Amino acid sequence: MKRALSLAASVLGLALAGGSTAALADGQDYVTITRGQYLATAGDCVSCHTAPGGKPFAGGRGIMTPFGVIYTPNITPDRETGLGAWSNDDFVAAMQHGVGKDGELLYPALPYPYYTKVTRTDLVAIKAYLDTLDPVRNEAPPNGLPFPLNIRTALMGWNMLFFTPGEFQPVAGKSDEWNRGAYLVEGLGHCGACHTPKNALGGDKGDKVLAGGVLDEWTAPNLGGDLRTGLGAWSTEDIVQYLKTGRNAKSAASGPMAEVVYYSTQHMTDADLKAMATYLKDRAGAPAPVAPQPVAATDPVMQAGLAIYQDNCSACHVSSGEGIARLFPALKGSAVVQADEPETLVRVVVQGTRAAATRAAPTGPGMPAFDWKLSDAQVASLLTYIRNAWGNAAAPVSADTVKKIHGRLTDTAATP
Amino acid sequence: MARKLPKKDVVIIGLGWTGSLLAHELTDAGLDVVAIERGPWRDTSTDFSPTQDPDELRYGIRLDLFLRPAQETFTLRHNTGQNALPIRWPGAFIVGNGVGGAGVHWNGHTWRFLESDFTLKTRLTERYGAAAMPADMQVEDWGVTYSDLEPFYDKFEYISGTSGRAGNIKGQIQPGGNPFEGPRSRGYPLPPLKDTAPTALFAKTANEMGYHAFPRPAGNASEAYVNPLGIAMGPCTYCGFCERFGCGNYSKASPQANVLPVLMRKSNFSVRTESEVLHINKDASGKRATGVTFVDTSGEEWEQPADIVLVCAYGLHNVRMMLLSGIGTPYDPQSGEGTVGRNYAYQSAGAAGLLFEGKRFNPFVGTGSLGQCIDDFNGDNFDHAGLGFFGGASITTSNYHGRPIASSANRAPGTPAWGAAWKKQVSSTYQNASAVAGQGSVYSYRDKYLDLDPVYKDRYGRPLLRMTFDWHDNEKKMTRYIAQKCAEIGKAMGAKHVTPRSIPEHFNVVPYQSTHNTGGAIMGDNPKRSAVNRYLQSWDVHNVFVVGASAFPQNAGYNPTGTVGALALWAAEAIRTQYLKNPGPLVQA
Repeated sequence: MKRALSLAASVLGLALAGGSTAALADGQDYVTITRGQYLATAGDCVSCHTAPGGKPFAGGRGIMTPFGVIYTPNITPDRETGLGAWSNDDFVAAMQHGVGKDGELLYPALPYPYYTKVTRTDLVAIKAYLDTLDPVRNEAPPNGLPFPLNIRTALMGWNMLFFTPGEFQPVAGKSDEWNRGAYLVEGLGHCGACHTPKNALGGDKGDKVLAGGVLDEWTAPNLGGDLRTGLGAWSTEDIVQYLKTGRNAKSAASGPMAEVVYYSTQHMTDADLKAMATYLKDRAGAPAPVAPQPVAATDPVMQAGLAIYQDNCSACHVSSGEGIARLFPALKGSAVVQADEPETLVRVVVQGTRAAATRAAPTGPGMPAFDWKLSDAQVASLLTYIRNAWGNAAAPVSADTVKKIHGRLTDTAATP
Repeated sequence: MARKLPKKDVVIIGLGWTGSLLAHELTDAGLDVVAIERGPWRDTSTDFSPTQDPDELRYGIRLDLFLRPAQETFTLRHNTGQNALPIRWPGAFIVGNGVGGAGVHWNGHTWRFLESDFTLKTRLTERYGAAAMPADMQVEDWGVTYSDLEPFYDKFEYISGTSGRAGNIKGQIQPGGNPFEGPRSRGYPLPPLKDTAPTALFAKTANEMGYHAFPRPAGNASEAYVNPLGIAMGPCTYCGFCERFGCGNYSKASPQANVLPVLMRKSNFSVRTESEVLHINKDASGKRATGVTFVDTSGEEWEQPADIVLVCAYGLHNVRMMLLSGIGTPYDPQSGEGTVGRNYAYQSAGAAGLLFEGKRFNPFVGTGSLGQCIDDFNGDNFDHAGLGFFGGASITTSNYHGRPIASSANRAPGTPAWGAAWKKQVSSTYQNASAVAGQGSVYSYRDKYLDLDPVYKDRYGRPLLRMTFDWHDNEKKMTRYIAQKCAEIGKAMGAKHVTPRSIPEHFNVVPYQSTHNTGGAIMGDNPKRSAVNRYLQSWDVHNVFVVGASAFPQNAGYNPTGTVGALALWAAEAIRTQYLKNPGPLVQA
């Protein structure tokens, strides 16, 4: 086992963090455990490592990837099926290098390309917390990956291409707050897992970090500074409020982001949320896409969309598209509405969704499903309308696009 | 044999307004609370989705959200000489069912009763003399005063997001508000709703006639709002489907919109839906309740032990639960002794139907509680000397719906109720009909009461509640007086046809009138004349509190919910600050 681990490490040309960690590994240290709990919350481990209806952290949730379904493992301290027999070194190797206990390479569905930035001290604290959970015996189902992806050594090449190991290094000249935010956003928060677009092999597009991606038919918007499709119109306070409550005056978290807010960010300290917001507002984003000419209001598709909007949407999102703060998201100026990828729009109109109900915003307002009421062509007109009304500008959505996305929708989008 | 569940601190019978308010307060105090609700779980985004059309047939006519007579109904007779018969389809009143209770289907009128309403017996006796009152009228003081309840009225209005304009803040009369109301500590949380053509016309006319018009206090949010629990409401869209419908826009005050989002997150609260409490259990002494027994949908019986039992069902059901459980002494109209079932009262309507010509009222633009009112003829706001009756009504022109089926009942005198002439009329009257309507008081009488029916039983073999009720001369005279005032205003508004309406000779249970049944477990200072004390605590079994309009000693000229909400919060405060420290009677008998 030890041999396999060092073999894998040497193949990848990695040097595991040196030095003895015995001094840090006191599993009974209360301060370390509570810090680990906080960090595990910040990393949102529970979200992926819990099957629907299953025990928390006991794994078994299917993660949809473009290549097939990958089931998350049990991370409770059960010795047979969980992490009970893992040492701190084993855990750090997995998180920082994507290497399992027996030296096997892990699929990057475990976002180790981000976790590699997390300090060993923090990872050991997370492990100390996980060790305090009730052990649950639960073996994850086999993954549904096709050949050759089911051969884990294939990941060696992937790692060489797309994986840059190494803990986060503070940027000189930036404030402690900025660096803390960068550490959380780029590392434990693994925001890029959804918000950075992927190439054909599932690796991050290096020139488009946090520029917006699509995962399981959800659009994760651009976190750059673009006014139209990014966070340009959001203040630091807007971002903090969104992460803290799942709402702000402009938007509401639903789908996978509702999970992030529900399980993770609503429990984070205001200081950490402000640090993340500070970093997001200041970091140099990828160049913004050029805004298209808006579709003319006189266009028959826009006319049809307007009529559908007035009848079906305006009671909540109001005629001016400005919504109602904390309940009904604004569509005017919305990054999701104007994103190049209309996946989220199609999904929420066709399938409906629900905003996260959080401690600070306990009502989880529902967006009803319209699939029984609107045809794909009507949905397309409606989406083209909201993408080009009230000063919005985005490419029209065709009925064919709606149909394709509609056909791919699975029913896995339950909001917590 | 009922299976026994682990004991809770508090068991609540019914999860409507009072149950959810008390659950919220008592879980905040650290108690472990379970609510047992006969009807289904109901939630805004899944049950009242705005993508569904508000279907008048389903909700308004077939009463989708309401209690089915097969679950429970009532028997009715006019006097003790008759045999009561069961109500086989809801008529005069329609009772809610499921989580949220009547808070789901109500319109939202959020009134405070008048200061004089709470000390009615003293007030009428002092002002007019005992001899002026009918011999069989048995009005009572409440045992609480308006100023006792003011902080709790305020709290309920802020939790439920009431839209209105204050008329009296700390004794200072406010322009445009109700000058007759008791002093309030501050204004409403939200400004009044916007008027529509008929309500604006009423306000203008009433003010010109020297009356004092003000917007009806409405549990329909006029603006976006966040209540003190941190729960957001959306502004009302004036869709006009409040009454008999749930609200999908988080705009109508309800347990769902205003309390449950916080309550349901608490680990020390749980609810069992579709579970019907059969009776409250008592220990061998008979002076202490030990919990409740309920039955689930599979017919299995369960015992839920608890230290405190809160009876928070619909008012009439509260009374029946006490009678079925042997809590308190049943009222006997012959001897006048006993308290449970005593002082049942209802609501009375004196009104004038109005039909204009050439108007375009667009009644579909409305909200459940939108209206302009006057209180000049309510309660004891006017001198009753020589009038031959007591009581009165709040008088309102409202714009609470434009439902097509209900609205098609409006027609000009002489128009047939069917056929081509009727069809022609319907389209014109839809835009021209309005009303000036009184929401009138009903006072209590010795011979009008509630007890268990000796013949008819429910599906579990328990006797139904028997109502013995008919109109008394006092209310007939009062509603004729109010109808005349309504008609005068209607004529001054310019209506072409004005049709005064008052209550008929005998109570008729078939046409819908009002769901404001009150009394039967009334509060008061005297255990011989009231079933519960001023904290709504049973005089006989100290760990049972009975919360709702069942506590009203008589009914005022207003809708009850504001007062019901205030009483629930008042009782919660007494339990938190007094009862928990020293469980026992809070008032010595």
